[in-house]
Amino acid sequence: MAPHTFVAYVEDKPGVLNRVASLFRRRSFNIESLTVGHTDQPGVSRMTIVVDTDEFGARRVEANLYKLVNVLRVDDVTSQPTVERDLALIKVTARNGKRAEIMQLVDVYRARIVDVTNDSLVVEITGTEDKIESLVDILRPFGIIEMVRTGVVSMRRGAQAVSANPPLVAAMIPEAALN
Amino acid sequence: MKRTGAQVIWECLVREGVDVVFGYPGGTILPAYDAMLDYPIHHVLVRHEQGGTHMADGYARASGRVGVMFATSGPGATNTVTGLATAMMDSSPVVCITGQVTSSLIGLDAFQETDITGVTLPVTKHNYLVTRPEDIARTIREAFFIARTGRPGPVLVDITKDAQQKDTDFDWDAAAPGLPGYRPDLHALPEEYERALALIRSAKRPVILAGRGVLQAGAMRAVQEFAEKTNTPVAMTLLGIGSLPASHPLNLGMMGMHGEAWVNHAIQQADLLLAFGMRFDDRVTGNVKTYAPHARKIHIEIDPSEVNKIVKVDVALIGDLCDVLQELSPRIKACDHAEWLAHINEIKGDSAVRDIQNLPDTGHLYAAHVINDLWRCTKGEALICTDVGQHQMWTAQYYKHDRPFNFITSGGLGTMGFGLPAAIGAKFARPDAEVWTISGDGGFQMTQAELATAAQEGIKVNVAIINNGYLGMVRQWQEFFYDKRYAATPMKSPDFVKIAEAHGLTGIRVTQRSEVADAIRTAQETEGTVVIDFRVEKEDAVYPMVPAGADLHNMIRRPLPQNVMVESGADAEWDISVK
Repeated sequence: MAPHTFVAYVEDKPGVLNRVASLFRRRSFNIESLTVGHTDQPGVSRMTIVVDTDEFGARRVEANLYKLVNVLRVDDVTSQPTVERDLALIKVTARNGKRAEIMQLVDVYRARIVDVTNDSLVVEITGTEDKIESLVDILRPFGIIEMVRTGVVSMRRGAQAVSANPPLVAAMIPEAALN
Repeated sequence: MKRTGAQVIWECLVREGVDVVFGYPGGTILPAYDAMLDYPIHHVLVRHEQGGTHMADGYARASGRVGVMFATSGPGATNTVTGLATAMMDSSPVVCITGQVTSSLIGLDAFQETDITGVTLPVTKHNYLVTRPEDIARTIREAFFIARTGRPGPVLVDITKDAQQKDTDFDWDAAAPGLPGYRPDLHALPEEYERALALIRSAKRPVILAGRGVLQAGAMRAVQEFAEKTNTPVAMTLLGIGSLPASHPLNLGMMGMHGEAWVNHAIQQADLLLAFGMRFDDRVTGNVKTYAPHARKIHIEIDPSEVNKIVKVDVALIGDLCDVLQELSPRIKACDHAEWLAHINEIKGDSAVRDIQNLPDTGHLYAAHVINDLWRCTKGEALICTDVGQHQMWTAQYYKHDRPFNFITSGGLGTMGFGLPAAIGAKFARPDAEVWTISGDGGFQMTQAELATAAQEGIKVNVAIINNGYLGMVRQWQEFFYDKRYAATPMKSPDFVKIAEAHGLTGIRVTQRSEVADAIRTAQETEGTVVIDFRVEKEDAVYPMVPAGADLHNMIRRPLPQNVMVESGADAEWDISVK
């Protein structure tokens, strides 16, 4: 079992998110993270889905996503070179002269302070999940009041353009099974 | 041309070639029903929407065309859920059109409002909510296209009342399906063929596993040619029955939980399984860890999500079975596999010559007798529908089909109450066929109300109730696995003869083996639907049986000493190791 990241292009129609989410529930796959947003193409949305599963499970996720009529394209980018980003807003207690210390730490992480009050700071951080978790660990002793994360978005590196319509869905045999 | 949304529905159905629809009217579907009177489509008034959906399903399975069901919103729509789930599991093309409350009321818990697209999401291939009249034509065209192409399945179209009432411009051609994400037409990669061919060429003990996909693809001839050329024996799933004539020497019979012993042993000893349009259901494999341990596996399947779902395979050829076999067959040399076939014949023992009909009459009436006599009296040519349970398995074992599309049963979902309505639907699809439904006393009562549908329509479907006074299959599990504690399985039924008569139909009761054939002939000769109440042995069990989750070769065999019907002569301990 390992996290697998899928990028799915779907038709921007009512209920499509429900269909995708329902599929994972129905087939007993556990979604770690799911994000959705518009693309540059009108009528097409893009999802980044992270699922904890094995290689066979990953192929089943892909095949079942393709079975949804509104799903245009699915890419398992787990083993591809990708840029992966998560964004978090962390509201942290900053009393008794702790503010400067927190700001120093935030600086180390190249995060930003986006709101300041007498008692608190809101920190915005963008990066990989690991980086965000590391900052959260550092900030926890100061007292985290509230936190929100967007979930992972992912994009392949390089100039290669991805069309929303793949020519072929290959037979679903994982490499691991061939030997 | 200007049409109301309701008229557009029928304009589309006529163009899709629909001649009969099943349904039940109600508030939100009223505009569609009003418009219906002006179109040349026959409407069958069902007694419950579950029955109606099974009828559409039976119609589809008997004809290969799309079956259509109409229901109103709320309870009408939710009553179709079991029927849709049944069609989904068995890949049956059904389009279900439901009325929905007026669009401005959606989400306000209006009278008879149900989120039916939400409810049916996991039990349909796809579904739609239509709120504008201009979207109706395209949606219905897409629904039919999705239902019948690729791996077929049910599609639900929920149409608001105001969309049915409003006017729109109807243009059939402009409403062609636009489905950029739908790929019914997939093809395997060339290198997959090479790997499949290599496995086929080197196999010594191959077995073909024929599923419903063979029938769906219309690949019966292609499968037979492949089997004959390579002399590969064919085992069938429950829903694959009819994909190769039962009398064909290479046809082993049904595999799985209640498959004959030699079939399951052939699979366990095989060195190559060729899975044609089947999905390795747990009723077919038994314990997956010990399933066909010596076999390489080639899976030919139209739905990529079935590959490696349960059984890990060596090669998958995705695509239409006819296309794949057309590619494969010419590149394979003929072979005889004489040793392997001889071995299978050997493990078959003398069972083939022991016809249960030749065993002495002990005064007991067994379900197998009834089904065997029915097979003889109908020359094996009747279109047989079943319910779910013991009688279903006995029908699969004892009614031998030489023709495809003559056996209709709920396999995947195992829906009790399926038999009678499916038979009614099948009769509408093939009016000239002799249609029988074989049901248990339990399942029959679940949708017994549809007798009134048959009576109102004046159609003839004969009903054979295998009445043992129990929910027989559950009782059998209680006998085997729950220490004979018969919790809630003894069942007191009404007088089925009087039930038939109350509908203006004919009812016959049979308690002796000697009366069976006469009763069947009477049913054949009588006008209108006939119900025969066969009072069979109460505590008979279906053998052999692979307990759920057990190894496929570990079957419970029919006990020999007081054997009334021995269906397999070989009782020695079975051994799956290859000699």
